Amino acid sequence: MERLVERDRPSLEFSLDGAPATAREGDTILTAVLTLRRHLAEPRLGDGPRAGFCLMGACQECWVGVDGLPVRACGTLISAGMRVATDRRSPSG
Amino acid sequence: MADPTIAVIGAGPAGIRATEALAQHRLPVIVIDEAPKGGGQIYRQPPDAFRRSPSLRYGFEANKARALHTTIERLASAIDYRPSTLAWNVWDRQLDTLRAGKTEKVPFDFLVIATGATDRVLPVPGWTLPGVYTLGGAQIALKYQGCAIGHHTVFLGTGPLLYLVAYQYAKAGATVKAVLDVNAAAAKRRALPALAWSPSMLAKGLYYRAWLGAHGVVVEDGVTPIVIHGNGGVSELTYRRAGVETTLRCDAIGLGFGLKAETQLADLAGCRFRFDRESRQWLPERNADGESTISGVYVAGDGAGIGGADAAELWGERVGLAIAARCGRPRDTTRIATIDRQLARLAHLREGLERAFPFPSQHVSTIRADTILCRCESIRIGDAMAAIRVFDVIEMNRMKAVTRVGMGRCQGRMCSAAAAELLATESRQDVAAVGRLRAQPPVKPIPLPWSSPR
Repeated sequence: MERLVERDRPSLEFSLDGAPATAREGDTILTAVLTLRRHLAEPRLGDGPRAGFCLMGACQECWVGVDGLPVRACGTLISAGMRVATDRRSPSG
Repeated sequence: MADPTIAVIGAGPAGIRATEALAQHRLPVIVIDEAPKGGGQIYRQPPDAFRRSPSLRYGFEANKARALHTTIERLASAIDYRPSTLAWNVWDRQLDTLRAGKTEKVPFDFLVIATGATDRVLPVPGWTLPGVYTLGGAQIALKYQGCAIGHHTVFLGTGPLLYLVAYQYAKAGATVKAVLDVNAAAAKRRALPALAWSPSMLAKGLYYRAWLGAHGVVVEDGVTPIVIHGNGGVSELTYRRAGVETTLRCDAIGLGFGLKAETQLADLAGCRFRFDRESRQWLPERNADGESTISGVYVAGDGAGIGGADAAELWGERVGLAIAARCGRPRDTTRIATIDRQLARLAHLREGLERAFPFPSQHVSTIRADTILCRCESIRIGDAMAAIRVFDVIEMNRMKAVTRVGMGRCQGRMCSAAAAELLATESRQDVAAVGRLRAQPPVKPIPLPWSSPR
């Protein structure tokens, strides 16, 4: 994902699989993660990483853990201090 | 008589106009919408931190978007508006809803199902790589998040949205490598007479295409996608046109072949469905008032059959007026006649669009056997075909049982269009004869644990 317009929104800090990370206010979790790296979820069925697909809550490919609970990354806004887990082995997931 | 309970599912163009018509007749309405703000997918409003003007965000449609947003904001205090709420089941004239981790039952006398649509997608080898998104998803990335799906994007598939999204991307400063339409130019020429029913729509379509060409974007018709390459993400797309294979370097692909109605709740409500030849999909039956075969259950907008946002607004209002009349309010016959005339004109336009951008069903049986068909369960086309042969499968739900295609978390939203075409080819039947997947509650996964109702 490439930030194209309205890039000057205030930044906020969250944690991604235990490591500190920076997002912008108004980012979904999906945007926050995919502007930092190319994939969202670790391989589940061994056929390569996934990065969401429909961005409108239909395909169900972007479920991640937030503070221990499952959410859809495309429909959930990031907030400061959120602990986002995309790796099942991560302690915060 | 006490006023009946009316529930509207969806706050897109159809849901908002239905609600407005009902509220004007002082009828109480409960509006249940999955999104935090009204507008639906087409007029999706960005989070608060975004401040770009509607004209930049929605282009030619900015006034329509703004009008709908203002309407739902104005109505919000007069109705029972429940945003960020999922309706996940319909049973015995009650909805099951989920909001902020709490389930609640919503009994209703009248129901308007205005659940919209999602992209209709087809498998392409490599389409599960990071960087491949639906066309609608690519558009949402831009209008809802100010992002492009990649630095070098290709738009692949067919339909008016293909050109619109490519134009919006290029206009916002993204690099669009190519727009590749699987349908031939001849199909669009044949459709011209029907498209002329809406000169403004036709003009917009031609404008987007001309603009892209003038700005150096490769725009090609009659394309066959071959394979998406990449390791950990998209790096190349190979396609064939007029016998020549071309490989483009790109890091993102927007993929879509028209739209598919979200009909799961209508199915759970018990509505009878019919196979619509023109759009090649199963749709709930409805009468001139928009009422389904279940009394009091109405369907409107793209969730009742793809007609576009303008038709959705009209159908929403039409359904609202019909329900108001059922509730003892005077039937506004003048307005109804006007709406019906406009809808008839838009139906002609729709015919033209279906002719210009038909679903490329003939392409499905030529997709490589090692291509993933079901993204949820990573089931490949060849494996599904083998199971169909071994078990002599002739029907979609049986196919789901023996292959797990359609059994994953998306419940077939992303694979069923292709799966139906493959099953029809393999079992030598018409695609209508293989049937459709039955909807299952919850229509979308519900995180556990949620708290029980009080």
